[in-house]
This record gives sequence, structure tokens and C-alpha cells, in this order.
Amino acid sequence: MKELLLIFLPLAGSIVALSWPSERTRPQLLPAVSLVHSVLAIWLLLDPPVVAPGAWLGFDPLARAILPAVSILFFVCSAYAVPYLRTRPERPNRVFVSVLLAMLGLMSAAHQARHLGLLWIATEALTFAAVPLIHFSGTSRAFEATWKYLLIGGTGIALSLLGSFCLGYASVKGGGSGDLTFAALMAQGRALSGPWVLIAWVLLLVGYGTKMGLAPMHTWKPDVYGEAPGIVGAILAGCVTTVAFTALLRVRAVVDAAGYGATAGRTLLVIGLFSMFVAALFLLGTRDFKRMLAYSSVEHMGILVIGAALGRVGVWAALFHVWNNGFIKGTLFLSAGNIRRAAGARTIDEVSGMSAITPRSAAIFVTAMLAATACPPFGPFFSELLIVRTAFATGHGASAGIFLVCLLFAFFGMTRLVFAIVDGRPRAAARLGGRRFGETAGVILPPLALLGLSLWLGLATPAVLRDSWAAAAEQIFPVL
Amino acid sequence: MERWCPVTEWVNLLVGLAMGLNLLALGSSRLPSVIRAMAVQGVVLGLIPVLMEGRFEWLVALMAAVTVLLKGFLIPGLLRRAMRAANIDREIEPLVGYVPSLLLGAGGTIVAVAVTYRLPLLPEHSHTLLVPGSLATIFTGFILLICRVKAISQVCGYLILENGIYLFGLLLVRSTPFLVESGILLDLAVGVFVIGIIVDRIQRAFDSLDTRKLTVLRE
Repeated sequence: MKELLLIFLPLAGSIVALSWPSERTRPQLLPAVSLVHSVLAIWLLLDPPVVAPGAWLGFDPLARAILPAVSILFFVCSAYAVPYLRTRPERPNRVFVSVLLAMLGLMSAAHQARHLGLLWIATEALTFAAVPLIHFSGTSRAFEATWKYLLIGGTGIALSLLGSFCLGYASVKGGGSGDLTFAALMAQGRALSGPWVLIAWVLLLVGYGTKMGLAPMHTWKPDVYGEAPGIVGAILAGCVTTVAFTALLRVRAVVDAAGYGATAGRTLLVIGLFSMFVAALFLLGTRDFKRMLAYSSVEHMGILVIGAALGRVGVWAALFHVWNNGFIKGTLFLSAGNIRRAAGARTIDEVSGMSAITPRSAAIFVTAMLAATACPPFGPFFSELLIVRTAFATGHGASAGIFLVCLLFAFFGMTRLVFAIVDGRPRAAARLGGRRFGETAGVILPPLALLGLSLWLGLATPAVLRDSWAAAAEQIFPVL
Repeated sequence: MERWCPVTEWVNLLVGLAMGLNLLALGSSRLPSVIRAMAVQGVVLGLIPVLMEGRFEWLVALMAAVTVLLKGFLIPGLLRRAMRAANIDREIEPLVGYVPSLLLGAGGTIVAVAVTYRLPLLPEHSHTLLVPGSLATIFTGFILLICRVKAISQVCGYLILENGIYLFGLLLVRSTPFLVESGILLDLAVGVFVIGIIVDRIQRAFDSLDTRKLTVLRE
């Protein structure tokens, strides 16, 4: 029952938000609903329900391993949304609040979807729901970003539907009864028609990979993350991408059961390394600190799929990294949003000396940047270390080498850009902006809380989380 | 093994018609004819499930009616309105000309037929044009998406791509639950409405629907 509430409570909240009369109090719905959502999600994490084997929806180990992270990140972002929307009184927030809540419900549905078709429906609805958030600023640049998001994202979504159909056909061709739950597909195992499974894998990898933002399907990401408000970037990078990652993990389990696990692993490894490589190159070149965050997200998506390529321990590390990446991306986007508002610009040609104008946000931004580039003792260091160690242990030494080189270049690229905007002499425009958009507790505490969570995950990963990741890894690679 | 079946004949005729409409969409320079080709294709595709079922079923008929209404009338109507508002009816400078893209589409159709012979299909599907028709339509959609510069032509490309995927989905129509199919249909409709709204906004923001003007964001 609680697991269904995770889906329907935010959806109901979304409808309430649509009909809520007051512009001023409407944003309060966001933290109210998402706080209940987080409590429910953590409750389910501590006390997992029994999932019926044939159920289409269920809080299974994989959902348990990721959904609480999504829920917590969303709650912190929604606490930030209240003061943020107060700084933008000129834009009506009815659609913004309603869509954010709907997205929370759809993400809960997608993470809990145990049926191929249902998973696609939730992901697709999520993709289109995000559109009004991207052009919230209403500038022509924002519409350009939205158009690219729609065309590339729409094509990706269409290809993942085709892939889902192909996987369904693999089952029907192999004598299946048309039951497209992942459990049934895995039970069919080697009876699935091989060529169709491989076609489906390629299409689903490209389709959901577009949603995740893996190179070379990442091109929408810098535009969208650059133009959307910081809070939207945080939710897209930390929450929405995990939906596509879960989808890939679930499909990967079926491909594995069909006997093509080695092929799936190789393709994931290649596409992951390529994503990291492309991201590192662009991180060295970009001059815009919000686009930088997008490339950093591409890099971390690459790290996730590399983890998923490396067997059970790798999946464990990848799930750990989902949490770390979510919290750190949230910190980065929220603090970057504060800096950008005060500075009124986003490139190193126009912004400098922000440590004098927004000292707290700048400090959080620099710390989070170091955490994102895998500096201990924050969480990402530990999950990435585990992925490297697993790569060496499973005989992927060359891949681990490329992985480390890409991390190094990403570090160079990000430090170059971040210190350029933080240090130096502040611009005149920023002095004005800094007075107008002060660093209130409402916009400082949320990113600080996320940073603290990441530190906590790194120093003392709770045992219940470790267990949940282990159970999820076992769901992907069942013990025979 | 092979049994002459009038139902299959009818389905093949309709899929063949849809394949012909692909080429029409690729070859015409005027936007209204591209939209018309897409709309007729939508109607044709909507009718196929009714024929495939063989006997009358309420759910199938309902789904067919919704498909025909959406793909054949509502969405094309939306696009026509956007086209009139933007005051364009021609794709002036496509990235790839009409004759080359027509040849490309025809070549793609032949390849689609050839590829289908190599795919393992169930016996009841190996004599229908569903798979080659679907592949050719998807390919056409991609050509339009990539080679045209007006936003409306790209939306048409996207819809034709979806038509192709819909055709492929018909292979599963008997074995998967109906709920899934209807959910997918609903989602696609929502998606196209969102796209339609954005097209409208782009027109207002840029005063044009030429996507080549959307080049501010780059590295």
C-alpha cells in the first residue's frame, strides 16, 4: 500500500497544485508532499515489503536501492524551490509546481515498474512532463534548449519503445505467453529468441542511454542543464537520469538471462568509457559553468554504466554511485544557481570573484566540485575507487586506466573553470546582483545539507544501504 | 504451411499503401502535402488492427477509432494551424534535396524487405508486410527528422517514425495486454501535443520555424 502511495500521493498533489488559488503559498506544497514521500520511502527502505512475483509494480530490491535517494534529493530540492520561486515573482508558478510533483510520482512509478511496457509509459510521461520546467525562464535560448530536448529525447524515447517491442517479440517468438514482466522474461531465459534480444538490447541502450545522457546521445544535456533553472538541473541530473539507469539494469538482467551477458557488458563498458572521454574533452574546453555541470553529469553517467558492466560488485558500486552522484549533483546545481543569479551571467568571460559576492555558495560550490572529481572523504571517491578496483579484479586493467585518465582530465577542466569564476575581482553587475539576491538560509541550507549527506555516505555508509545495494545487485545477477 | 488468407491480403495492401505514403512525404516540397501524407498514413494504420482481429471487438474498435482520430485528424490539424500561424507552406532549402531523399527512401524500403528475410519471424508474420513496412517507415521518419530544417517538417518526421514503431507493435497486439497498448497510445498523443505547443512558442520567440536559427547554444 505504501509503495502505491509513493506514486499516487505526488500525483494527487500535482492536481491540488493546479487548482491551488494562491501564487504565494502554492510552492509550499512541494516540501509538504515530498517530505511525506521521503518518510514513506525511508520507511520502505528500512522495512521492505514482499513483492508478488508477477506484480507489475512493486518496491523490489532495485527500487529499494535507488528510490529513497531520489526521494531525499527531491525533498531537499523542493525545500530550495520555495525561496527560489520567491525570487521569481514575475513568472507564474502553477505549472512549475504541478509538474514537479507529477514528476515525483512518475519517477516513483518508473522505479517500481516491473513490466517492460509500464516502465516505458512512465519514462515517456516523465520525459514530456519535464518540458515546461526547461523553458521556465521563457527566454528564446530556453526555447531552443527545449526544442533540442524534445527532438533528441523524443527520438530516444521512440527507439526505446521499438526496443521494448523487439524484446517482447523475442519472448513471443521463444514461445512466451506475452507476459512482459521482467521476472517472466528472465524466467524464459535462453528460450528468448537470440537475434531479437540483441536487437532489443541495442535499441534500448540507445533509447534509455539518450535519456541518461550517455555519449554520443548526450547533446541535449548541456543545452538543457545550461538553460533550465538550477533546481530543475538538480532534479534532472540527480533523479530523472536514475530512472533510465534502472531501466538499463532491468533490461540488462533479461539480456544476461538470455545468455548474452558478455555482449551486454562489453557494450556498456565501451559506451561508458566513451561518455567519460567525451565529457572530459568538453570539460577541458567549456567556458560556461552550468554547461560544465552537464558534462560532469555525462561523465558520471559513464561511470554508472561502467559499474553496471562489471558484474555484481560493479553493480553494487554503481548503485552506491547513484546516491553519491545524486547528492553531489544536487549540491552543485543549487549552489551554481545561487552564483548565477547573483552574477547575472554564466561564462568565465563575464563572471569572476564570486567568492566575494556569494562567499557561502562559492565555498559550497568549490567543495562539491572537489567531491564530484572524487576527492576523499566524500562519497564519490569511495564508489569510484570500488569501480576501479573491480575493473582491475575482473581483468579490465586497460579500461581502468582510461577511466583514471578521464577522471584526471575532468579534474583539470573543472578546477580551471570553477576557480576562474570564484577567484579574482568581482564584476560591477555581480555587485548589484549580489545585493538583490542575498544568501538567505533558504538557499544555502539545502545545498549544504546535500553536501553533508554525501560526506556522511562516504565516511559511514549505513549498513541498511549496503544491504539494499547487495540485494539489488543480486536481483540483476541472480545466484544460480 | 502457407495458406491464402484474405485478411493478410488486406493488411498487406494497407501496409503497402503506408509505404507508398512514405515516399510521397519524402518527395514533396510543400508542407501541406507532407502533413496530408502523414495524416492518411495515420488513418491507414489505425484501420489495420481491426482487420487483423478478424472479428469485431469493442476494445479494438475503440482503439482504432482513437488512433484514426488522433493521427488522422487532431494532430495534423494542430500542425496545419501552426503552419498557418507561421505563414509558411514550403520547405525551401532542405539539407538533402527531394530527389536524393526520395531515392534514399526507396533504397531504404528495398533494404527493409531484404533485412526482413533474415530476421527470425513467427510463421504467421512471415507473409505479412508488417516488418518491412515498419522498418521502411522508421527509416523515412529518420530521413525527415535529419534532412529537413523547418520545425513542422521535423515533427512530421517524428510522427512518421512513431507510425513505423506502431506498425511494429502490431506484431504483438495479440499477445500483450491491451492496457499497455492504450497507455502507449495515450503517451504518444500527449507527447505530440507538447511538441505542438513548443512549435507554437518557438514561432513566437524566434518569429520563424527554421530550426537553423536555433544555434545560439553551442560549444
